[in-house]
Amino acid sequence: MSWAVVIGLSVGAYLLKALGLVVIGDRKFPPRYEGVIALVPAAVLCALIMKDTFTNGQELVIDARMAGVSLAVVGVWCRVPLWLVIVASCAATALVRAVS
Amino acid sequence: MNDSPSTNNRDIYGPALALGFAVFVFAISFGVVCVSAGGSVPKAMAMSLLVFTGASQFSAVSVIAAGGTAASAVTGALILASRNAIYGVAIAPWLTGRLPYRLAAAQFTIDETTGMTLAQDTPQRRRLAFWVTAASIYVFWNVGTLIGALAGSSIDTQKYGLDVAFPAAFVAMVAPLVRSHRAKRVGFAGAVVCLATTPFLPIGLPIIVASLVALVGMRPEPVAR
Repeated sequence: MSWAVVIGLSVGAYLLKALGLVVIGDRKFPPRYEGVIALVPAAVLCALIMKDTFTNGQELVIDARMAGVSLAVVGVWCRVPLWLVIVASCAATALVRAVS
Repeated sequence: MNDSPSTNNRDIYGPALALGFAVFVFAISFGVVCVSAGGSVPKAMAMSLLVFTGASQFSAVSVIAAGGTAASAVTGALILASRNAIYGVAIAPWLTGRLPYRLAAAQFTIDETTGMTLAQDTPQRRRLAFWVTAASIYVFWNVGTLIGALAGSSIDTQKYGLDVAFPAAFVAMVAPLVRSHRAKRVGFAGAVVCLATTPFLPIGLPIIVASLVALVGMRPEPVAR
């Protein structure tokens, strides 16, 4: 990971935060954009879950990660404490890797 | 002076600490995976101190770790960070003050501080909740990143399944965001678009293409039946 990524992301993320709080302030944000931006995290986070579970570069794969992430879904669904969800998911993945 | 008894603010300090502890776990996994994905301790720390918006940090590292370009990693992460602009608008009425004050507050405009701020009932308590939550999260997030990054260089992340810490964290992050039918459908569509385009697009781009699904938000939300 290059410093360009770190700096680019730092500047970009700060500008977005300041755009809302400082530039727009308590003037109104156009509701059309607000609707779109409110839905972005759902789309992007679900895409990231798929990428980190079922892909290896440009290949689609099914491997030990599926066990760990499935357990995370069950854990979050059952409102298991966050640290336990992460530890259990990693442990399940490690276990499947060790036995396969 | 605030004339309400100081004990009344315990319901701000308690949840702020609890939120801090929750992000602490995320932060440790971020530090570990960031370093093992070719970052260094200074880079991991710069991310958490300066970028300071968890999901975007995870997203950028995840794309870089998979072999994506810097441009696609940063673009995807910034699309994810765009919600902080909305949060800023939502909390601006309670964070009024001189320009330096607002410029400082901007750095801490994230999911947790916005949620805590809007949950309070008076302007004073909203302002207090913002800064207390900001301090708690900022300290836990950066201390956690440091611990993870220092440990990360000596850990075989594959062997211990730590590569799954990211998707597991994303699952926890997305759960409260997909309560409405519409958000559920958008999440599902984002997942499908990502998998369907992965074999044909450079690494990192499927995430950006998946974000376009959110454009259905241009249409007003259908009235619930």
